[in-house]
Amino acid sequence: MNRYPVWKYAIIVIVLLVGLIYSLPNFFGEAPAVQVSAAKSTVKVDAATQSRVEEALKAAGLAPDLLTLEGGSLRARFATPDEQLKARDTVQRTLVPDPADPPYVVALNLVSRSPAWLTALHAFPMYLGLDLRGGVDFLLQVDMKGAIDKKAESFASDLRTTFRDKGIRGTSVSRNGQTVEVSFRDAAALEAAKRLIQDQFQDLSTTDSQDGSNWRLVATIKPEAARRLQDAALKQNITTLHNRINELGVAEPVIQQQGLDRIVVQLPGVQDTAKAKDILGRTATLEMRLVDESAEGRAAELSGGPVPFGSEKFLERNGRPVIVKKQVLVTGENLTDAQPGFDQQSNQPKVDLTMDAKGGRIMRDVSRENYKKRMAMLIFEKGKGEVLTAPSINGELGNRFQISGSMTVAEAADLALLLRAGSLAAPMEIIQERTIGPSLGADNIEKGFKSVMYGFLAIMVFMCAYYALFGLFSSIALAVNLMLLVAILSMLQATLTLPGIAAMALAIGVAIDSNVLINERVREELRNGAAPQAAIHAGYDRAWGTILDSNVTTLIAGIALLAFGSGPVRGFAVVHCIGIVTSMFSAVFFSRGLVNFWYGQKKKLKTVSIGTVWRPKTDGTAVAEGK
Amino acid sequence: MEFFRIHKTIPFMRHALVLNIVSFVTFALAVFFLLHRGLHLSVEFTGGTVMEVAYQQSADIGKVREAIGKLGYPDVQVQSYGTSRDVQIRLPAQKGMNSDQQSAQVMQALKTVDPSATQRGIEVVGPQVGEELTTNGLKALGMVVVGIMIYLAIRFEWKFAVATVLANLHDVVIILGFFAFFQWEFSLAVLAAVLAVLGYSVNESVVIFDRVRENFRRYRKMSTVEIIDNAITSTISRTIITHGSTQLVVLSMFFFGGPTLHYFALALTIGILFGIYSSAFVAAAIAMWLGVKREDLVKGPTKRDGGSEDDPNAGAVV
Repeated sequence: MNRYPVWKYAIIVIVLLVGLIYSLPNFFGEAPAVQVSAAKSTVKVDAATQSRVEEALKAAGLAPDLLTLEGGSLRARFATPDEQLKARDTVQRTLVPDPADPPYVVALNLVSRSPAWLTALHAFPMYLGLDLRGGVDFLLQVDMKGAIDKKAESFASDLRTTFRDKGIRGTSVSRNGQTVEVSFRDAAALEAAKRLIQDQFQDLSTTDSQDGSNWRLVATIKPEAARRLQDAALKQNITTLHNRINELGVAEPVIQQQGLDRIVVQLPGVQDTAKAKDILGRTATLEMRLVDESAEGRAAELSGGPVPFGSEKFLERNGRPVIVKKQVLVTGENLTDAQPGFDQQSNQPKVDLTMDAKGGRIMRDVSRENYKKRMAMLIFEKGKGEVLTAPSINGELGNRFQISGSMTVAEAADLALLLRAGSLAAPMEIIQERTIGPSLGADNIEKGFKSVMYGFLAIMVFMCAYYALFGLFSSIALAVNLMLLVAILSMLQATLTLPGIAAMALAIGVAIDSNVLINERVREELRNGAAPQAAIHAGYDRAWGTILDSNVTTLIAGIALLAFGSGPVRGFAVVHCIGIVTSMFSAVFFSRGLVNFWYGQKKKLKTVSIGTVWRPKTDGTAVAEGK
Repeated sequence: MEFFRIHKTIPFMRHALVLNIVSFVTFALAVFFLLHRGLHLSVEFTGGTVMEVAYQQSADIGKVREAIGKLGYPDVQVQSYGTSRDVQIRLPAQKGMNSDQQSAQVMQALKTVDPSATQRGIEVVGPQVGEELTTNGLKALGMVVVGIMIYLAIRFEWKFAVATVLANLHDVVIILGFFAFFQWEFSLAVLAAVLAVLGYSVNESVVIFDRVRENFRRYRKMSTVEIIDNAITSTISRTIITHGSTQLVVLSMFFFGGPTLHYFALALTIGILFGIYSSAFVAAAIAMWLGVKREDLVKGPTKRDGGSEDDPNAGAVV
């Protein structure tokens, strides 16, 4: 009656094992480490960097415990802070030859001390939220209306030029909010314009009206196009933020989209809000200039002669110098999009660029006059410029043109990203900020941990005293619940915050409810005179329906919190919901396994150790039955 | 150990009217305070700046207030936070100044009074975030209520769903009433606690109604009132033990969790205490007033199988 088949025990053992492995990394604490990340958007941290760092460290007689490359940054873990400092100096010397223009940021960091075999199993500790670790937290609002207004404006000027080019006369184009209004003098022009828009501007939908002798056409950005636009703007802003934040050398920045138009930026360990804000707000700029093809220019480029007057020397990414004229043709403002793709004819990777009408006009003029000459695209960050690419002009360019040539798919994607990252797609403003001092964070983590521990101990003592052996089973189940909760949160790589710890404490309180329901039910069955084995069976069986109902309702509340909560409420809700699910497993399935293991084999079970079972006698006196 | 040695079914429902009047009065009081005093909303809802400043010695709150008052803030709140050396200052948003300038100005003023003042933390929230939180909070509340109602209506019956939700809203309003009366700070964490209470307190009603349904099946001779009384009596030990243990954890949070968890734990405490009471008396009584019948819960043709006609357990007390 109270026996589990082997497979159920197998499930329990597997779950416990997995739970143990994945909750383990949280207990190792953190070790000093050196982190290398890119300081410029044009530099990448990859396997090559890793082997360079490895060699340098070996040459200096330093052996890191662990060297990992993850998410664009390289981390080397050391046993002592002393080694860490030495390693930082070594790596700094190797990777950063010129401190005035550092390609890499070499920063001190803390990395989990968990052993390599756990890391190999992808068992990582939870992230600690800023309220537990200290740091700065920003919530940025992306001005989507601004982005769409900007796009509508560029559509308006595009339409104006296109109408002129196609000879559709007598029009006037104006932007009205997020729509473009065109008026015509005759119906034929309107028809022609409509067809043109259908052919060439797939992102616009049109409605026309006639008012006397005045024909009007209203072009609106299609909802799906607007959505795509917003999405792209947000992604681009996030990319740009990534690049900028790397400059701060922050160990583990969090840059996340929140909702449709918000970005959360968390910078652990940073206390200087002003500097952080300054860097977040800084813009990189993209410029297109002609390469100086004069004899002096060539000479300067090839053999390092003097740079001719009116030109400047910049380096390409591979370190080759390019001599570029000072006159700026077009800036990133006129570039509306850059996408990687494949050239249909040569089947080579390419980057498609889209300019707004003004940029297109300039490009056309410049390309006509400078056929077969080279044009450089420069990106300026922190006042320093770098040449992204310098292709030669092979034809007349319009507002859409492509860069192709010897590049790989990855390089094309990279270039497109860099071109786009030149500026923010849409303006942003900081609408919320929080700074938490490191001592406050340490305080919070200690207090949160204490409250979970004391709460857990209090319940354990009570359960054991009140329900005897069954209480012990419940306590073990509760401990398993806590372990599984931590394991799942670690697997999800959730960020643990103070409200999250509070939810953990609450989960303990709520999880014990299921065990109390079961234990009380077993007692009740015994009280009504059921045989011990039958009482255990009935107790678990009957309590199950109640446990399910009450947990589902609690879960509904949790999901509502998850759906509408933000920040701390969300942190609470995630732990709350997972806690409910794990408690169903541990309180019902696992604790029954324990009970079955203990009592199930015994054929003639006389008593159950579940504390006092008291029976009211019919004559009014009571009999208590010991365990 | 055994705490509850109840000889007979306790006739809870006999006192239903009195208890319901009591809850109605507390409810009305809570509503009154909510309307009259309003909630003392945290910066997350109102927008503004909250600074935490630490001193080397015990901080003189009067002096801090005076120093900030000189900067031209009419109603600035200064309170000690956690320890006597830590002070929390809330500044309303001011026109023509951003949060950086505000906090820099305040820190400067504080340092001239006592150079040991250091800024431990700062939180700035724009007004639109606050507005959104308020609407989202209300949405969450609505979704919880509707979700629970639907679930209970499917699993039990609409009368139970209505009774449970009314009882739970009663708890929530009373928690809010406490926060309004004492002008405790209503933060996002407290909102989370309130919604958690909503889910948690439904547990109680569900456990009791589960037993009511079971009793309807088992004891065919009993009247509805007797069945409800019996259900409450036989689950009361579990109710109190569960709440007791949850309360243990919450108290642990209250005492050891530090100032950040203080009001969170407080909201949960009130919720738990009223949860016991409301699910037993408010929910069950409302269900009774709504006229719950055996037919509502025991679906299908009532099988009169042998023995149930004169069930030996019918009317039995435990």
